[in-house]
Amino acid sequence: MSEPLPIVEMESISISFPGVKALDKVDFRLFPGEVHTLMGENGAGKSTLIKALTGVYKIDSGDIVIAGQSRRLTGTADAQAAGIATVYQEVNLCANLSIGENVMLGHEVRGPLGINWSATHRAAQAALDGMGLGHLDPRQPLATLSLAVQQLVAISRAMVTKTKVLILDEPTSSLDAHEVAGLFTVIRRLRDQGVAILFVSHFLDQVYAISDRLTVLRNGQYVGEYSTRELDRSMLISKMIGKDVETLRGIGSERRANHRSPGDEPLLRAEKIGRKGSIEPTDVTLHRGEILGFAGLLGSGRTELARLLCGADRPDTGRVWMRGKRTEVSNPKAGLDNRIAFSSENRRDEGIIRDLTVRENLVLAVQAKRGWARPIPRREQDALVSKYITALNVRPADPERPIKNLSGGNQQKVLLGRWLATQPDLLILDEPTRGIDVGAKAEIQLTVAQLADDGVSVVFISSELEEVVRLSDRILVLKDHRRIAELENGPGVNADTIVDIIASEVQEEVGA
Amino acid sequence: MTQTPERAATSTSGGARIVDFLDAVQRKVQERASTLPTVAALIIFVAMIVYGEIAYGRIVQFSTLSNLLINNAHLVILAVGLTFVILTGGIDLSVGAIIAFSSVAGVMLSNAGWNPYVVILLMILIGSAMGLASGILIQYFNVQPFIATLAMMFLARGLASMLSTVPERLGDDSAIRAFATQWKIIDGPKVNDLVVTPGVLIAAIVVAIGFFVLHRTRTGRTVYAIGGSEQSAELMGLPVHVTKLWIYVISGTLAGIASVVYTSRLGIAQNITGIGWELDAIAAVVIGGTLLTGGAGYVLGSVVGALVLGLMNVLITRDGGIRPEMTTIITGSILFIFVMLQRGVIGRGR
Amino acid sequence: MNESKSNLERVRAIIRSQYFWGIVAIFLLLLINLIKDPSYLNLSYNPTTGAFVGNIIDILRAAAPILMIAVGVCLVIATGGIDLSVGSVMVVSGAVTMEFLSAANQPDSIGAAALAILLALLLSTVLGLVNGVLVAFVGLQPFITTLVMMLAGRGIAKVITEGQNTSATNEPVRWIANGYAFGLPVVFLIAVAVIVVVSIVVRKSALGLMIEAIGIDPKASRLAGLNRRGLLLTVYAISGLLAGIAGIFATASVMTVDVSRTGYQLELDAILAVVIGGTSLAGGKFSIGGAVIGALLIATLDKTVLFLGVPSSATPAFKAIVIIALCLLSSERVRSLFRQRRLTTPLTPKETVPS
Repeated sequence: MSEPLPIVEMESISISFPGVKALDKVDFRLFPGEVHTLMGENGAGKSTLIKALTGVYKIDSGDIVIAGQSRRLTGTADAQAAGIATVYQEVNLCANLSIGENVMLGHEVRGPLGINWSATHRAAQAALDGMGLGHLDPRQPLATLSLAVQQLVAISRAMVTKTKVLILDEPTSSLDAHEVAGLFTVIRRLRDQGVAILFVSHFLDQVYAISDRLTVLRNGQYVGEYSTRELDRSMLISKMIGKDVETLRGIGSERRANHRSPGDEPLLRAEKIGRKGSIEPTDVTLHRGEILGFAGLLGSGRTELARLLCGADRPDTGRVWMRGKRTEVSNPKAGLDNRIAFSSENRRDEGIIRDLTVRENLVLAVQAKRGWARPIPRREQDALVSKYITALNVRPADPERPIKNLSGGNQQKVLLGRWLATQPDLLILDEPTRGIDVGAKAEIQLTVAQLADDGVSVVFISSELEEVVRLSDRILVLKDHRRIAELENGPGVNADTIVDIIASEVQEEVGA
Repeated sequence: MTQTPERAATSTSGGARIVDFLDAVQRKVQERASTLPTVAALIIFVAMIVYGEIAYGRIVQFSTLSNLLINNAHLVILAVGLTFVILTGGIDLSVGAIIAFSSVAGVMLSNAGWNPYVVILLMILIGSAMGLASGILIQYFNVQPFIATLAMMFLARGLASMLSTVPERLGDDSAIRAFATQWKIIDGPKVNDLVVTPGVLIAAIVVAIGFFVLHRTRTGRTVYAIGGSEQSAELMGLPVHVTKLWIYVISGTLAGIASVVYTSRLGIAQNITGIGWELDAIAAVVIGGTLLTGGAGYVLGSVVGALVLGLMNVLITRDGGIRPEMTTIITGSILFIFVMLQRGVIGRGR
Repeated sequence: MNESKSNLERVRAIIRSQYFWGIVAIFLLLLINLIKDPSYLNLSYNPTTGAFVGNIIDILRAAAPILMIAVGVCLVIATGGIDLSVGSVMVVSGAVTMEFLSAANQPDSIGAAALAILLALLLSTVLGLVNGVLVAFVGLQPFITTLVMMLAGRGIAKVITEGQNTSATNEPVRWIANGYAFGLPVVFLIAVAVIVVVSIVVRKSALGLMIEAIGIDPKASRLAGLNRRGLLLTVYAISGLLAGIAGIFATASVMTVDVSRTGYQLELDAILAVVIGGTSLAGGKFSIGGAVIGALLIATLDKTVLFLGVPSSATPAFKAIVIIALCLLSSERVRSLFRQRRLTTPLTPKETVPS
């Protein structure tokens, strides 16, 4: 690749917040017509760098040069005027407006009588066509679209604003494999049109599939810029976490070595539990000390099934036995009373309680179990909290800090602590490792394996099939809201096995 | 590909607007359920007229309908302002008190011999200034809309009380009175005339402009976007801050205009004028189908909402058997029913 | 951590603490009064009634009803709700008390007094429960639910008294509002006792933590096993009960219920008191102590305005000035004048509709 002029050149950028140096003299370059991935653990400074580039944060020192001009960006609108558009993980569109309006908001075609809606919708249609979304009617409400399509609509919007730099901040974390493939087609098309694309993702496969170049950050510092082809995965990971990754690799083998055969009495037996519109009647059996993996794409019904088991949603068919006794788990409190704990995939909205401290977040479920009239004495709270902070290696180890000030990985550990403190017999973990850094991920996986060895049954759900295979004793494969297979883990089973199971079903339905 | 028929360019003339509105209603009802409350309000309005005509008579006639418009012109104007505010997910509690302050100040200045047109301008600007103050508190000092406009409500009410605590009469020859001139459009038998006042005309113009701004300008679309998701609107690069400031200035200004219309009709201003009108206006907006959480609703719906409230008062007066203390209970119940209706619609949409 | 975070830090923490400025404002108002009349703060002892007499005592007495509703509304706000109906519940409670006493016509009977009070508090609690049911089980927005209750409540009171301002005579009830014990107004002592009980119940049990949790994040709280509906019901019922007590306080002092004025717009005073006390209208962390300071500030303000000879209908203007001043002082923009901050985009908080 010949070196044309970079469209974005950030030099020696520093930003500090009270008490933290978020970025320390970081360099970053982005060229037209390339996909450039920003890599780093949580807290490495990726989002701070993006916010500096989109004008949300003011930089303390350094220089941002866009298309040859030094700029001081003052906000999103200013960044857009400079040709920089961002599409975030949580799609930032307005669900109350039509598709076309979302594409054109702020750029509507105007005539003498104000906005010319037909021209505006034509322009929107043209933009959608460009993304391969020609089948959408711009007058339809956005809310009817799936998250993946909304993401593409958001990109269409970015292209309406004559974007030269497109920032995609974890665009794939809620998409299934098909949707990711669709997104990548669009990204490649834009790249070929000369758009510079800054990509952020935690999925290594995707990073290698799509990016031309990588910039790695660690602890707010610049580690280096690499060509993707010249840096293999283990090197990349070691650059990100600054240590080798054998700990991470070790988990799988250890787990399989300790594989134990289930006892006679299952802890949980569910017969034909289902709920209209979310999961078809399904049987689930789980033994003590067993890890049951739910494998399947997003929307396969894996989360929905988990939510039925723990009482987050109420099943409308089927029966459940816990420890051989018929049980109704009709709400989360009933779940906790039956020693079932559920950690939601949505850490931000269904997990942490932002303004409460680490301590309060940690004891909350235990307190709920006891009821409001029997407060946990402060000494007991402190003992619980320090136990789990130490055991799960929560950093910073300050129980009185509001949980919102912790990194994603540490929030997840506190939540894990919250559920463990209720001493569950069954722990349901839905995407416990999503969006957290590699180090915390390994620690959480290790904890899960440890728990099973201590006799806790675990339902483990993850989009990363490797992770499911590595940890589970048995794997339930789900697709299109129903169970399609169940397999004992062991030698010969790997992520490809599951992909094959899911794919063989796919072919029957999708001719294309 | 779906080829939607080219819509007739909206003009501000009544006919085209109604056609446009009906067209919009038809299309939107198919597209989303959020229009249902507005349609329901319209149906209830018609039903109330029919019921009133059957039960008490003399409802469907020029004089009653004219009076309905004349007596509620100020409420219509307030409701338009609150539609903007509520569409963004905000609230403005200050409008009733602004009317009190503005009208007391206006009448006193007018009686002191000020030029009536300067006085009218001042009355409107008092509203704008109060709205601007709310907007600045909300936007730049991060005060919740509820609290900021509550502060303005207290302030305006207190200032009005400092000016005077007794009814101030506007001189009969004052030019401000001109806004209440009754223009006979159709001279019916006896007193059954179709009458329009400049105040009604102003209300109609306000509604038309409100409709135009909300549906045909980027500012208007930004209002909807903010109501949908303020964070998204911001990240889309829309001028969220300026727009939110404008919303409260618009609401305040319209309260000022409503004050002029109301004062001209009544000829009396008092510091306790307009108590509870903010609630009437909110009720009108909600009955008209605007979601209290923002993002969905129509100016024309709010007009219907205001007229439903006005008609309800007419019916209660006509009935004679309903005790006046029941009025608040009935208003409360209507509000309650419409909120339940909104909930039902949204609940089903999910 | 240790030496650097010394006195300066501590002072800063106090200044930033929720109700510091409320206390400052109270002292400022008292100072203004003191300047106008140097004997303002004088207390005298009246040996025949066994009571202290003075402006401060008057303020404490006037604060009692506001204290009650402020504490109730504080709990409701903490759940992310709002209670606009407290003023109307007050008038309902007052109307029940006065109607019952005037019908019973037993001027000295403690039994009649107790029964009247019991009845009033029962009905108030029921109205609170209705709010709670609509919010928790029907799922209506608190703002609109309690707005409806506010409109309907005053209507109910008018229906109870048939639109009249009912008066009654009953010595025990009158004593509650006007009597003295230990030299202090009974009404204030009762208010303090109620607040202490509520504080203990809320803070010594896990109720406070749970209320904060559902106020911050209802979904996450549900998954953590909290019973959101039960908590909401409790909180609205408490608010109704406290408003009922306030209604008795407010009517007992003149032994008359004025259906259009008793408790009128007091819900705004209550909300104001809560905000002064540093509880965010968005819900979550709350401070009962703060609400108490806020209520005392409002009572002081009311009395000060009267004392300065301003017509009482102009009081709202002064309340507005207090709200605006407090909001400005607590806003990040003003605070950042004291310490440097980073965001160029000015603070895009999640705006919350009062709901």
